[in-house]
Amino acid sequence: MATLTISGLHKRFGTVEVLKGIDLEARTGEFVALVGPSGCGKSTLLAMIAGLESVSEGEIRIDGRLVNSVAPKDRDIAMVFQSYALYPTMTARQNMTFGMESRGVPKAEQEAAIKRVAALLQIEPLLNRKPGQLSGGQRQRVAMGRALVRDPKLFLFDEPLSNLDAKLRVDMRTEIKKLHLRVGKTTIYVTHDQIEAMTLASRIAVMHQGSIQQFDEPQVVYDHPANIFVAGFMGSPSMNFIPGELTKVDGHPAVAIALAGGETAMLPLQQPPQSRPANGKVVLGVRPEHLFRYDPNLKSQKAGLAMLTAPVEVVEPTGAETHAVLKVGEREIVGRFDPDGAPRLGELLPLGIDMAHACLFDPDTQALIRQGSA
Amino acid sequence: MVDATYDIALDPLARSASLRYAAGRIAIYSFLGFFALIYLLPLFVVVANSFRELPEITRNGLIALPHSFSLKAWPQAWAHYCVAGTCEGIKRNFYNSLIMTIPATIASTLLGAINGYVLSKWRFPGSETLFVCILLGVFMPGQVALLPWAYILGNLRLSDSVYGLILVHVIQGISFTTLFCRNYYVNIPDDLIKAARIDGAGFWRIFAKIILPLSPPILIVTVIWQFTGIWNEFLFGLVFTGGTQQPITAALVALATSQMNAHPYDVASSAVLIGAIPPLLIYLFGGKYFVRGLTQGAIK
Repeated sequence: MATLTISGLHKRFGTVEVLKGIDLEARTGEFVALVGPSGCGKSTLLAMIAGLESVSEGEIRIDGRLVNSVAPKDRDIAMVFQSYALYPTMTARQNMTFGMESRGVPKAEQEAAIKRVAALLQIEPLLNRKPGQLSGGQRQRVAMGRALVRDPKLFLFDEPLSNLDAKLRVDMRTEIKKLHLRVGKTTIYVTHDQIEAMTLASRIAVMHQGSIQQFDEPQVVYDHPANIFVAGFMGSPSMNFIPGELTKVDGHPAVAIALAGGETAMLPLQQPPQSRPANGKVVLGVRPEHLFRYDPNLKSQKAGLAMLTAPVEVVEPTGAETHAVLKVGEREIVGRFDPDGAPRLGELLPLGIDMAHACLFDPDTQALIRQGSA
Repeated sequence: MVDATYDIALDPLARSASLRYAAGRIAIYSFLGFFALIYLLPLFVVVANSFRELPEITRNGLIALPHSFSLKAWPQAWAHYCVAGTCEGIKRNFYNSLIMTIPATIASTLLGAINGYVLSKWRFPGSETLFVCILLGVFMPGQVALLPWAYILGNLRLSDSVYGLILVHVIQGISFTTLFCRNYYVNIPDDLIKAARIDGAGFWRIFAKIILPLSPPILIVTVIWQFTGIWNEFLFGLVFTGGTQQPITAALVALATSQMNAHPYDVASSAVLIGAIPPLLIYLFGGKYFVRGLTQGAIK
């Protein structure tokens, strides 16, 4: 069981700074997801944890031991690659024993480890096949098996599911989650897929342009994104951002947003903002699932429901729910609706907004404006 | 039969088209056959002359259909014919060529593989420049290196020795073998190397256990290339060795130029053919791998 502590980590390639001061820690048995768009530095960070990339500045500690200049093989880690990186000339079994052989583990011990892991991953029938004879999902399993046999301190995953087709990806995601629950290894998991991060991780580090934007539990990241980038990146369809202005209605704080035709809608806030941007301008963030077809009966049940009308531009049924693109002022926003009573094309929808879950952002700093009593 | 009548009755256009097609094919193949014949004629002359009797050759001329048959020339060329005072045939030179070509091929191929491995998978500052420098060797004609080699072999006391030639061919061959192997290894995913490093394998273990097992296609190419190249090489052999140390290519020249009396066309022909057998065999057995290895991308 092991911890990972990273502090003040920088990575420069020549004059290009790829990582700009990363602080991160994974507690024993924790599953930390590094998520972000391509080019955000997450894979570089993982390669540095693995020892495949050198450290320009800062510290990486595994179990308290400084490993900055320790060779990959001596860090006691195992890694699963996006391409699986199975040795093509070796059978699945040889792929899995290669690392143990390199370390001089006795044959009997190797056999025991293979047996244990093969049973765990249900790959016994595949052990004598070469990677070329395995399907994508099977290769994925063997690659995880190779990482598991050595019983490492730290498990590193580099976008392990992105080469699989959509259905298999969901299945393997569940497999990985089950596996982690069973094995309980400290795991760092790189992905660009926010759903993978949400479903798997105990904590998520959202990365953008070489720095960590937010590092917290999935639900916290989702409900209280630290800034507009995190809010937009996590969740699909993305959060809607509507520019507005802080104001007061009957002495209660509210956000005024412009509607088409010069009208203004007043949306009362559930909780007062803790700070106020200089000119009162804010960005209102509303997730698609917090939009409803307004119904006067709902008002009495649900606190903090604001109402406005919005024309329906596009309707996209997905089966389980229906997405609709609505026009609010100059902007288009997306809502998720129950297929029963979903908006119809061309309809002028009475739109209810669940303001209790809405976020406010400062348009200048892009940061979240916290609400509620401090 | 039914089909044929049907065709003619209904489709005279198709029939004339297929006739024209057949005529076109015949024209193309006779054209190609004619040039193939011209190309193969010298080989035919040499093969024929190696089985003709010398008096008949002198009487009817070098280029003539054989009127006699004899196997005499072959043992003569192999073991008895006198070149420059020694009467041992070209046997010794044939062995010289083997002793020179086999180790030089193996050594240059292995060095090329290691170079290629380093230049593709363990890059370091300046490694690309180094590769370009090595590449220059591919375009440098052998004559340019004659004098420097003479100097080096002289200082190493390896002049007039098969071992000197081995050294020359290993070094001269590295450019090609490095180029071949490096370009092949570039296509092996770097993730394999990273995975192996995490698995605890070092430079040599990765080379032996992961890179080499993936290499047969390109190694076959380099081995064939080097073997035929070194076996057929003639300039260095002629310049740096003499007499009993000469490889077969150089000895053939000596044989052709050193006769006192009548020109021994029969013996010369069989000697040339003996000298051509090893590369021919290599190509016969390895040819299809050669083409495959050159055209094949590396590993999926």
